[in-house]
Formats: sequence, C-alpha cells, structure tokens
Amino acid sequence: MSRQSVSNINEPRVPFLRIARRHATPRRQAWLIRTVGLLAALFTGSLLILALGHNPIAVYLDMVDSAFGSRIGFNETVRIAVPLLGSALAVGLAFKMKFWNIGTEGHILIGGIAATYFALFHYDTLPVPVLLTVMGLAGAAAGGLWGLIPAFFRAKWNTNETLFTLMLNYVAFGFILFLQAGPWRRAGTDFPIIPMFEQAARLPRLFGIHIGWLLILSLTVLVYLYLNRSKQGYQLTVVGQSENTARYAGMNVGRIIMRTMLFSGAIAGFVGFIQVSGANFTLDETTAGGVGFTGITVAWLAHLNPLIMVLVAMFIAMLERGATRIQTTFMIPDAIASLLIGIILFFMLACEFFIHYRLVIRNRKGGH
Amino acid sequence: MDTFINFFNAAVLAGTPLLFGTLGELLTEKSGNLNLGVEGMMFMGAISGLAAVFLLELGFGFEMSGGLAVLIAILFAFLAGALGALIFSILVVSFRTQQNVTGLILTIFGIGFGNFFGEFLGRFAPGHAVTISGLAREGFSGLHIPVLSDIPVLGPLLFQYNILVYLAIGIAIVMAIFLNRTRFGLNLRAVGESPATADAASINVTRYKYLATCIGGGICGIGGMYVSMITTGGAWVHNSIQGLGWISVALVIFATWSPSRALLGALVFGALSIMRFYLPLGIPMQIYDTFPYIATILVLIVTSIRQSKEHSPPGLLGVNYFREER
Repeated sequence: MSRQSVSNINEPRVPFLRIARRHATPRRQAWLIRTVGLLAALFTGSLLILALGHNPIAVYLDMVDSAFGSRIGFNETVRIAVPLLGSALAVGLAFKMKFWNIGTEGHILIGGIAATYFALFHYDTLPVPVLLTVMGLAGAAAGGLWGLIPAFFRAKWNTNETLFTLMLNYVAFGFILFLQAGPWRRAGTDFPIIPMFEQAARLPRLFGIHIGWLLILSLTVLVYLYLNRSKQGYQLTVVGQSENTARYAGMNVGRIIMRTMLFSGAIAGFVGFIQVSGANFTLDETTAGGVGFTGITVAWLAHLNPLIMVLVAMFIAMLERGATRIQTTFMIPDAIASLLIGIILFFMLACEFFIHYRLVIRNRKGGH
Repeated sequence: MDTFINFFNAAVLAGTPLLFGTLGELLTEKSGNLNLGVEGMMFMGAISGLAAVFLLELGFGFEMSGGLAVLIAILFAFLAGALGALIFSILVVSFRTQQNVTGLILTIFGIGFGNFFGEFLGRFAPGHAVTISGLAREGFSGLHIPVLSDIPVLGPLLFQYNILVYLAIGIAIVMAIFLNRTRFGLNLRAVGESPATADAASINVTRYKYLATCIGGGICGIGGMYVSMITTGGAWVHNSIQGLGWISVALVIFATWSPSRALLGALVFGALSIMRFYLPLGIPMQIYDTFPYIATILVLIVTSIRQSKEHSPPGLLGVNYFREER
C-alpha cells in the first residue's frame, strides 16, 4: 500500500490530454483541416440563420447566387473585392514584418483626399491620362507619407504602432468631415457634400467594371514578386521573424520598417484613388467604409500570400454582396456579414492550432 | 463656477465608458493577454444590456422599475462582454493564436453582433428601435443622495451622477486593492510578468489568464452598456461605440497599468471629447473632435520615449505561454 503511493509520487503525472507540436504537417492534411474548419464555421452560421427562422441552405445559396449568378452580380462582387484586395496587400506587407498596422483605413482616406484635390481643382488643366496618373501618384504619395509617421516613431522609440496607426484613422476621418463641411463643400448647398468628379477625373471601364480591378491585380503580382523575389522583400521577412537576427546580419532595421510602411501606405493610398476615381466619383466619409479593417482579415486568412488574397477577397466580397441581397429577400439585417466573417475567422484561427499541434490522449498504462 | 461644474460633470459622464473599458483591458493585460477586442466587447455589452431590458419589458408587457433595469442591464452586459472575452481566451490561451489578430477579429465580430441584433430586435419594437421604457430609464438618471447631493458646489460636482459612474469608480478602487494588496492579485501579476516562473510556483497560469480576461471583458461590456443606456438615452443607435473601445486600449498605456491613474486618464479624455462645447477656440468642430485621438498619439509617443521600469507593461504582454516549449 505505502509502496504503491511512493511509486505514484515518483512517476510523473501524465495529464489526460496533452499537446504536442507536429513537426511537419502534409499540405493535403492541412487543407483538409481548413476545409473542415470552414464547414464548421458555416454550420455555426447556419445555426444563427436557423434561429432567425430561415432555411440556412436557401440563405447561403441565395448569397452565392447574388454574387456569381448574374453578370451584374459578378461585376458588383468584383467592385467590392477590388479595395479589399488592395488593402489586404497593404496590410500584408506590414504584417509580414510583424508591424501591426491597422491604419490602412486612414491611408485609403488620405490617398483619396490627395487624389480628390487634383480631381476638383485641376481636371481642366491637365490632359486626361496625365490627370489620372497624377491623381494615382498623389494618392500613393500621401498614403505613403501618412504611413511613414507611425513607422518613424516605431523605428526610433519603439512606439506602439497598433494604437498609433489606429488613432491616425480617426484624424484622417475628421479631416474629411472638415473638408466636406467647409473648404471643399459643393457650392450652393447646405449639405456637407463634396462635388461629383468631372468625367475627365473618372477611371475608364474595362469589361463593364472600372479599370481599378486590372490595376489592383497587377499590383498583386508586383507585391508577390517584391516579397518573394527581391532583396527588400527578404529583408522585411527577416525583420518579421526576428529583429535581432536582422540586426546581427547587419540590416538597418529602422530603415526597413520605414521603407515597408511607406510602401504599405502607398498601396492603400492608391486604393483610395481607385475608390474616389473609379467607384464613387467623389470623396466622402464612406470612401474607405471599413475595407481597411476587413483587409486585415483577408490578409490573415490568405496567410499573407498575395496570390491567395485574390481568392479570399472574392470570398469576403461574396459574403458582403450576399448580405445585401438577403437583407431584401429574407429581411436579415446586412450586419450579419460581419458576424459571419467573424465566425469564419475564429474557426480558421483555431484550425491553425490543429495544423501545428496534435492532441495526445493519455495511454491507459500511463506511458505515452 | 457653474460653467466649470457643468464642464466637469460632462467630462465625468463622457469619461465613464472609457473608464470601464480601460479597467477591463487593464485587468486583462495584467494576465499577459493583450485583447484588442475591447471595441467589440463593448458593442456586445451595449446591445445585450439594452436588449435584455427591452425584451423583458416587451415579453411581459410591463414597465420595469429603474433599479431592476440597472441590475439586469449590468448582468447581461457583463455576460456578453465576458462571452466575447471567453472566445478570445479559448483561441489565445488554449489554441495559441496570435493575440493581435484574434483581438481584431473579436472587434469585427462584436461590431457585427451589436449592429445585427440592434437592427434585428428593433423590428419587434413599436417604434422600430430597441428602446426601454421611461420608468426603466429613470434607474440610469442622476442620483439624489440625501445630504451629500445638497452640499453646495461639492454636491453637484461629486454626488449627483448616475449609479454607473460610482460603479466604475468602485471597480477601480477594488481593482487597485486586489492587484496590490492581495495574494491573488500578486499571483495574477506574476502570471503576466513571467508565466514560466508563476507556473513553477504552482500557480495555475491557464486559470488566471482565463479568469482575468473574462472578468475584464465583462467590465468592458458594462462600459458598452453605459453608452447604450446613458449616452444614447436607452435606445439603440447604429455604430454607437465609435472608437471608445480603442481609446480605452490606449488609455491603459496612458495609465501605465495602474487602476488609480486610469481614473485620471478617463477624466482627461472625457474632458477632451466634450471640450469644444465649453472652450470653442475658433477651431472647426470636425478638427476639434480629433483631439482625443491626437492626444492618444502624443501619450503613446511620450510614454515610449521615457520608458521607466516602474511604468512598464507586464513583462510578457501579448506573448502566449506554452508550457511544453519553455
């Protein structure tokens, strides 16, 4: 009796369930886990729809149909996906460096402001191709400089970039409200509205959608090559893995942080240009409309891979487009899109755990 | 003098939701978890506290007394905030996900949660908006404490607020005592500073992280309910939280992880957000409204430049603890 208790003390207690790291998970198995995760997320979402008194399958099918079932629907989905993909690219660059930039929303707004300046005040002084180029460059430059501010402080004093970039969003937002109410208000109205752009300042169309889709797709390839085939892309990846390693290897970490944020902000600023010139033909407080934040989730779901971001952006765009449709067909408020996106992302995050770790259940005999 | 009293009152009322958010996030961060989902949890608390009173009144067809409405709203707002924090804890503590990203997703989820149910439940209301009755609303109006409230100057300055203001201050005091004067508080701080050391001292790291994060989330939820019950007067307003949760996250840094300094921070930021009504300065209104955010940025910069040991964040804030990978 006493002997047994002694042996119990000496023997390490093996917990019923323990976690062990997997060293290599085959790709197929990883994708299988993700598929199961997605299905589980959709199942959870369908419980919510069921609770509202609707048939989940009918609702989901209606969402897919609204996004891809017709030419108009498809065009609309692409229009939603363009800024999402653009901001995911911007976020991806920063996140690859583990620079937690949540200021993409503000970069888009600032880029939109810069582009709008030329659209409002120089539309008749420049030839159309030059005007559009100047607008795009101005948007990118303004967004880039706006992105440089938090990067500078992070590089110099390690200032918390998450909150810094976020607070700058509100500053940019306030600035737009100010322009609307005062300096740029449309003549002859009491409403805070900025005038619609003249035809010259609007992006041309290609296959029925403003040409922004082609611009963003080209940018996707560029960012992919930059990350995977350029020295600078390699450097920022190393900084993301370990700042100390980068420093020992002789890299100027501060400079890399600032350069990357300059590019990240520039991409987002360019998205701002596309939004004002291609989608809305004016600047208002909804120019960014949350894509800066949704872009974060797109980037993360795509594992920061620009090519996969294209698919994820289309998927999220489908959800948003579908949410607008089911608002009219099923009377379900369209805020359900954020709920569903949140649920899907929660499950996808949990999936990564099962890809990297496995659960070991205690063996009956007490060994492992 | 009257202007000052009015200004001070308005600052306290505007600062209280920030105080709830700050205290909730402070407790969370003491456990080493950096939960960026405060905004989301406040949305969840805002709609849940409001909807609980609304649905009970609608379902039973009566007007709830003020005191009961306050209790029910606090309970459900706390539970909703804690539910959001529980999702965060499961993912971060048990599934070891990246904390920043998980918090951001919680924010997206929470905003969707609030706006979705706010709009959906509004359809059942006579006025097509989730509102509570006038009788229930009285529970959230300024108190009249015998004797104290009647003292000249001090009375209106300190003793005529709604009950949630005093609840927030009470939580701050209790939290300060808990963190600095109790064994559990010491254990919690140890978990945030160095989970491996705490683990070796046989403190249950997982349990502390879960509890601190969930209770913290619940407190954030009450802050959200403050907005839907008091700021918007007991009616659901789309997107009503509007960044208060994010300012709260920044205020934790401003308060350098101390509940008593959180009181000061919330008051200062409350004052900043209403200052334009009392001190026009000739600046356009829209620019004036960005002052709290600019002030937050300045706080971030200043605290990062002069980093001191005493005022630094918990040692392993934002880093997940894997016992197997020590």
